[in-house]
Amino acid sequence: MTVASLARWWAAIPRIPGALILFWLLLAVLGPLLAPFAPGEVVSRTVFAPISAHHLLGTDYLGRDVLTRLLCGTSSTVLLCATATLLACTGGVFLGTIAALKQGVTDTLLSRFMDGVISIPSLLSALVAVAAFGSSVPVLVLAMSLIYMPGSYRTSRMLALSIVRRDFVLAARMRGEKAGYIVLREVLPNMMGPVMADVGLRFIYAVRLLSNLSFLGVGLQPPLTDLGSLTRENLLGLVYGAPAVIAPALTIAVLTVGLNLALDSNRGEPD
Amino acid sequence: MTAQSGIIQPPPLISVRNLRLTGRRGRGPETPIVDDVSFDVAEKEMLALIGESGSGKTSIALALTGYARRGCRIAGGNIRVAGYDVTNMSPAELRAFRGKTIAYIAQNAGAAFNPALPLMDQVIEPALLHHIMPRRVAIERAIFLFELMALPSPGTIGTRYPHELSGGQLQRLMAATALITGPEMVIFDEPTTALDVTTQIEVLEAFRTVRREEGFTGVYVTHDLAVVAQMADRAVVLKNGVVQEEGTTEQILSAPRHAYTQALLAANTPQIRNDTAQVTDSGKAVPVLDVRDLVVGYGGAGPDGRPRHTILSNVSLPVLPGETMGIIGESGCGKSTLIRAIAGIQPWTSGGITFEGEALAPRIEARSASQRRHIQLVAQNADLVLNPAMSVGDTLRRVLTFNGDAATEAEIGRLLDMVRLPSVLADRFPPELSGGQKQRVNLARALAARPRLVLCDEITAALDTVVAAAILDLMMELKRELGIAWLFVTHDLHALRSVCDRVAVLYAGHRVEFTPVSALEAPPHHPYTRRLENSVPEMRADWLSEVIDRRGQTSDTVSALSSSPGKGCCYAARCPVRIAVCEVSVPPVWRSPAGALISCHLATQDLS
Amino acid sequence: MTMDAALIRAILRIIGASLVSLIFVTVAVFFITAVLPGDVADALLGQAATPDAVAALRHSLNLDKPVLVRFVIWVNGLLHGDFGVSLVSRRPVLAMASERLIHSLLLAGVTALFAVPVALVLGTTAAIFRNTLFDRAVSLLTLCVVSVPEFLIATLAVFIFSVQLHLLPALASISDIHSIGSFLASFSMPVTTLACVIVGQMSRMTRAVMIDALGSSWVEMAVLKGASPAHIILRHVIPNVIAPLFNVIALSLSYLLGGVVIVESVFHYPGIASLMVDSVAARDIPLVQICALIFCGAYLFLTTLADIVALLSSQRRHAA
Repeated sequence: MTVASLARWWAAIPRIPGALILFWLLLAVLGPLLAPFAPGEVVSRTVFAPISAHHLLGTDYLGRDVLTRLLCGTSSTVLLCATATLLACTGGVFLGTIAALKQGVTDTLLSRFMDGVISIPSLLSALVAVAAFGSSVPVLVLAMSLIYMPGSYRTSRMLALSIVRRDFVLAARMRGEKAGYIVLREVLPNMMGPVMADVGLRFIYAVRLLSNLSFLGVGLQPPLTDLGSLTRENLLGLVYGAPAVIAPALTIAVLTVGLNLALDSNRGEPD
Repeated sequence: MTAQSGIIQPPPLISVRNLRLTGRRGRGPETPIVDDVSFDVAEKEMLALIGESGSGKTSIALALTGYARRGCRIAGGNIRVAGYDVTNMSPAELRAFRGKTIAYIAQNAGAAFNPALPLMDQVIEPALLHHIMPRRVAIERAIFLFELMALPSPGTIGTRYPHELSGGQLQRLMAATALITGPEMVIFDEPTTALDVTTQIEVLEAFRTVRREEGFTGVYVTHDLAVVAQMADRAVVLKNGVVQEEGTTEQILSAPRHAYTQALLAANTPQIRNDTAQVTDSGKAVPVLDVRDLVVGYGGAGPDGRPRHTILSNVSLPVLPGETMGIIGESGCGKSTLIRAIAGIQPWTSGGITFEGEALAPRIEARSASQRRHIQLVAQNADLVLNPAMSVGDTLRRVLTFNGDAATEAEIGRLLDMVRLPSVLADRFPPELSGGQKQRVNLARALAARPRLVLCDEITAALDTVVAAAILDLMMELKRELGIAWLFVTHDLHALRSVCDRVAVLYAGHRVEFTPVSALEAPPHHPYTRRLENSVPEMRADWLSEVIDRRGQTSDTVSALSSSPGKGCCYAARCPVRIAVCEVSVPPVWRSPAGALISCHLATQDLS
Repeated sequence: MTMDAALIRAILRIIGASLVSLIFVTVAVFFITAVLPGDVADALLGQAATPDAVAALRHSLNLDKPVLVRFVIWVNGLLHGDFGVSLVSRRPVLAMASERLIHSLLLAGVTALFAVPVALVLGTTAAIFRNTLFDRAVSLLTLCVVSVPEFLIATLAVFIFSVQLHLLPALASISDIHSIGSFLASFSMPVTTLACVIVGQMSRMTRAVMIDALGSSWVEMAVLKGASPAHIILRHVIPNVIAPLFNVIALSLSYLLGGVVIVESVFHYPGIASLMVDSVAARDIPLVQICALIFCGAYLFLTTLADIVALLSSQRRHAA
């Protein structure tokens, strides 16, 4: 692979959404290290304290530092969802491309299975999975990656199908190229842009799902915490307009809306 | 408007002054499409706007109706049509003007008709919108126009939906839509470009008939100079949004002043590029490729063991080493299927193909590495043939390394040089190349495998005339240099004649004639070959009238392209000289004095 | 209108495919919830349970039998209308689910009645006035709504209407509805929240469908015939977008199912979704199973309906 080809791969990643995801990932990794307190530590006798110099985002319903908990919550939301998205999309892109390339029975079987999975609303699948296996981190991540794989599969299959039909893939096949070469050099590089946008979209879906689950109390369990459970546990603070409930809610909104806006502007208007 | 030198001239119906159109893609900067264009069209005159893709001819035509497509706008200048100042009209005034004073005929009638509504509703719509006549009268007028344009069953065709009719029929219905209000001004936007030549004649003749009867002023947008000769009184030649030349059709076509017009004319003029020794099929030479009785079909086997729907019926085609074999026919005749079968991507039902004496497996995967290497396919659409994510150099390099050849910079430079491209292009990616350049890279990739046979599937169809002519020149140079055999599939008789040694004419999956190019000029020929020849427009103003006079109005038969295998001649339904036996028995193949193999029931004297 | 055999075959194929999906879902729901049987008995009886008690419970729940045998027993029960008994309340789950289902259908119905017209009008106008300030505002707003989790919208609604404006009660309760006024008051919060979610989704899809149609050659042709925007929409666009719009509506209503789970929980609305969330938290497996089946059935019904409508209308268009 030449430098020029590598540059093409790099260029396929949408600029602004890519930078945004990088920012959130950095925050997720570094955030807990920057936290002023230990996440479970009760540091104040005032609950739902407003913003102060000592507690930049006030305190929560037990008197813990909100900023600390927010940094930890953001970290687990972003890392969990990113892992799930990565698993879902790796599987989805891989299987979708294979189905498009092989077609026939492979395609039919894979597509029927994915249709089956997608015919269960995502929140329900997650609820059923949690009911069966409990809500541990591995269960949540695996459930989310299974739930979002069919969507990624469908997108990649459609993309790959349109590329496989093009004459340059035909030329490679006629030359006698192996499937691996065709996928890596001829098909994937030409679908990276839309696939990256799709990854971004699925990440948003994952954040929504995890937050919803945690808000319902069946997501991440204490002492672990994420943005959804932070909102839930501090919901009483809503009456006082406490930052303890507004901060996590706002963080979710900024995360999802921001990323979706970036992806949307990147899609742009077709000519 | 002033009277000049004593003679009172009527003011022009259309007057365009210093027109400037701009457009932008997405959120990009505004770029000019058309710059400082001025022209007049006198009453009852037909003006041709001539230009290749990107010349701005369609944008100008749309601007005459005060319309600009999304992202485009009329940025300056003045347009007056029939006394209206089009550039300064309110939306309501424009609505009253469009469809009533000026009407538009779009290029692709298949897309321009609403798929959900019956055609009659759409044809009479302008008359009802502008309250010109009651519905009943409008329908009567529509049927009158259908008859005028020789549409089949004019009384009931209006009850059909767009997908039920052919492109040529829809194009005439679109003309009826335009004329229903009796507008002063009609715009024809490349109305026959998407049609086969034999259909094009019928549509052009229909246009001429209604123009004679209705007497409107027209603007005819096209890239085809031969069509201009038939349709227009005067012409404006455009390039990149700028007027190159303006004059009467006769002057433009016989004595063009501007260099661009001369180049356009040269590219449109038929010329024989093939000056190599004529290959004669003496029966002794061993064909490099031999297609024998090939049958391709789908839908399972019928009672007679043949497929229910055949695309190719018993097609045979021997290609000699070093010769260029042409395959011609209209869309749906099976010529692309034949190429795909030879390329190993289209399975066949019976018959066989041998390459250099060895049988070719139907599936490419089952062929030997040597066979795969020595038969190369060059496909039609230059935008799809090159991997957009791979540089030109990498594309060529991969072919070389895959075949175990040395992939040096020098070798890549040599390949690019072979297709007359500078070696700096090796670092470029396909989206940065022009259509002609892409098609050259496409050729270079085929040549990189050092093939013995190159299959060319309509390689010039997507290119502008001048660029296509250059590609044909290149093909011939390569033929002389490399001595490889070519299989050249096209619908363009000019291109075929200029590069081929021998020609197979396909109709509805049958090879109706197989002839040396030299014999194309010498009768007798299969009636379909003759029809094809006669349908290619020539740059003489009286060509269309001559053709129509010569053959009379032949009826436009639908579904003539579906063949019923084994029952009669495939061409019987459309044949002007058919006899009773044509319907029932398969015609014999016989050799004409000039060496053409013709499959027809009629003998030499009847076909001359 | 005569329905030819091909059309009937196509419809049957769609229905067949969704029946296959339904079977797939049933099997999946059972096996996912049935693989860890030990936990259920333990969880029900708590830490202090004696091994004998656990064993007895396992036996009474058939948990000591192999998974496949239990599956057959379960399916057999389903076919005879026996969906099992709640592990917590010991009541038949069918009765529990069906009384809650009525409430949920009421909520969903009122929401759909309200959201569908709003979304269609919003999406259509945004498409017609494409790239204007109005379109951009609608796009931004709907993008926000579809991006954030549903509970956030619910929380925001509580914050604005109950906490700040003291307009409405935060909790819905079917039992104290006596007048139209109290009906509106207790319903408006869940309905508004749910409608927001659906309108966001549906108007975006409507806009895409309309823009696709408005960009077609035949709309340009109608413009060049001198047709007014209203004429173009009513005469040309509508007949072509009915099928895709029905598809959009059916798909959006299936999104409603996801929203209902959140909204019922937040507002303590006694519907089937909150029943399911509670049963998940309590790991009351038979109850989880029937709720999941009802939800998936409804979802499949809507998507199948969307497919059939799309098929019928494309058929009508191509009918000779």
